[in-house]
Amino acid sequence: MIQGLILPGQDMHLFLLELPQQLVNGLTLGGVYALIAIGYTMVYGILGMLNFAHGEIYMIGGFTGWWVLHLLSRNHQVFMNSAAVIFLMIILAMIVSSFVGVLTERFAYRPLRNAPRINLLLSALGVSIFLRNFVLNYQGAKARTFYVSSLIPKGLQIIHVGPVVISFMRILVIILTFLMMGLLTLMIKRTKAGKAMRATAQDLEMATFLGIDVDRIIVMVFIIGSALGGAAGVLVGLLFTQVDYYVGFQAGLKGFTAAVLGGIGSIPGAMLGGVLLGLCESLAVIFLPSEYKDVVTFVILVIVLIVKPTGLLGEKVPEKV
Amino acid sequence: MEREPVLKFEHIDAYYGSIQVLYDINFEVYAGELVCLLGGNASGKSTTLKTILGVCKVRNGTITLKGERINGKPTKEIIAMGVAIVPENRRIFPKMTVMENLELGAYLRRDKEQVREEIENIFELFPILRKRANQMGVTLSGGEQQMLAMGRALLSRPEILLMDEPSMGLSPLLVNQQFEIIQEVNQRGTTIFMVEQNANMALSIADRGYVLQTGEIVLHDTAQALLENEMMKKAYLGGHEDEEDTGE
Ligand SMILES: Nc1ncnc2c1ncn2[C@@H]1O[C@H](COP(=O)(O)OP(=O)(O)OP(=O)(O)O)[C@@H](O)[C@H]1O
Ligand SMILES: [Mg+2]
Repeated sequence: MIQGLILPGQDMHLFLLELPQQLVNGLTLGGVYALIAIGYTMVYGILGMLNFAHGEIYMIGGFTGWWVLHLLSRNHQVFMNSAAVIFLMIILAMIVSSFVGVLTERFAYRPLRNAPRINLLLSALGVSIFLRNFVLNYQGAKARTFYVSSLIPKGLQIIHVGPVVISFMRILVIILTFLMMGLLTLMIKRTKAGKAMRATAQDLEMATFLGIDVDRIIVMVFIIGSALGGAAGVLVGLLFTQVDYYVGFQAGLKGFTAAVLGGIGSIPGAMLGGVLLGLCESLAVIFLPSEYKDVVTFVILVIVLIVKPTGLLGEKVPEKV
Repeated sequence: MEREPVLKFEHIDAYYGSIQVLYDINFEVYAGELVCLLGGNASGKSTTLKTILGVCKVRNGTITLKGERINGKPTKEIIAMGVAIVPENRRIFPKMTVMENLELGAYLRRDKEQVREEIENIFELFPILRKRANQMGVTLSGGEQQMLAMGRALLSRPEILLMDEPSMGLSPLLVNQQFEIIQEVNQRGTTIFMVEQNANMALSIADRGYVLQTGEIVLHDTAQALLENEMMKKAYLGGHEDEEDTGE
């Protein structure tokens, strides 16, 4: 028997008590997963490849955020306006991550664009290992701690809403992740560049025939995906206060799972998949010991792939040639 | 008659890998003309269009567009010089609306107001598209997709419009409608280079035609002369006589 397992009905009361709390936790986690998943899904949508290096892009965002916080603190106390610090952490992480993403595309993927997909995958795997070891080499294996307590005014750190305890950081993360998703959706739906991106993802050659510069579109996709991944890295750092050279592996797996869950290639799918995954993991914690959280992820993934192989919002699209 | 052609092929050889598909192709298309390239399956019709677009690289010869040599240029530059295509299978963006597909046709243009007016004109030319404006491309019938592909191509205001088998997969009635519209578009001033298997239909609206057989141009003449040519009658026009009667 699994220790600590609470059977439904055995303690419904506990479930109802914990539900609102875990919903908040799930939304926080889900927002972050969604941001990571967007990067996987956008690159897959256009290049038809899994960008294994995306987890490392996230990790580099986390480190960038840590450095910004570190450089703007003395004795673990920030010496600038907190909002400005958080803003700088996120913006700089987004810039550094997109820079790394663009370099990756330019030097590791673009030369292989007409090569067999497997070469591209191996190249991505190589970039992932390279970036992880690069960071290990320059930052060491020890986890870095985000000293965030001085970022939040004392009275605001924990907010009580009835029985639910919400930390300020969680609210911030939920707001920011959903804001970014909203902006991305608008951009993809409404702007000329967004339409060109969708067109390129649906039929790259036809997009070229309309005069769309697909190389530029691909660079834009890497900028957006990597920037969101980098932002996710900082947000997780602010939330769980740790970053090390290996966090990209776990985060990458979660983001990838979310993307597949939602239907890889679909941006709304990535968002939905991320949020659902976060919610499921958090709600599962009510019934299961928290060590089983990751198992839940993969059980969900397997079930979805059996029942609907194209993912929740994925559609069967003719095989890319 | 010594005008500069809009498009000119001189001694073009094209290959896929080591397999030669086009042999010493020569033709030209003058401004305002509707020229067709006729040929059976696998004769190299689509390949000819792909060489214009720079997708299939040519080994020998020169392709000239508006007096400028274009072979070797990247596709996006060729497109920017005023080439538009209605490709084989239309290639409508399936998960974008009819309106978005049309807007993408005008991707390189900056004159938004003018584009909006021209989308109106496209809707007048193809009223069914107005009804479908907010539907996804994937929901359109073959005929509607053909219209949309044509509208999309016209919105770039091409100096030359390339069309790859506009009759493909359409019922005879729809083919007639389509070809009437192609003729009308040409008469309004768009230069068209069309690739077709349906020789009868193509020649009924074209000014001139070239006949492609396994990668070689074996015949070229005015459309009228080709329609009366004995070899053409045997090889390409025979099976379509009934259709011609009902079509006229
Ligand atoms: N990408 C390719 N790689 C190799 N060979 C090709 C490729 N595309 C076409 N071919 C070959 O080149 C020849 C000409 O093909 P093309 O598509 O130009 O013919 P087509 O006249 O357009 O035929 P259809 O009427 O069937 O469309 C054919 O033998 C075809 O098999
Ligand atoms: Mg063809």
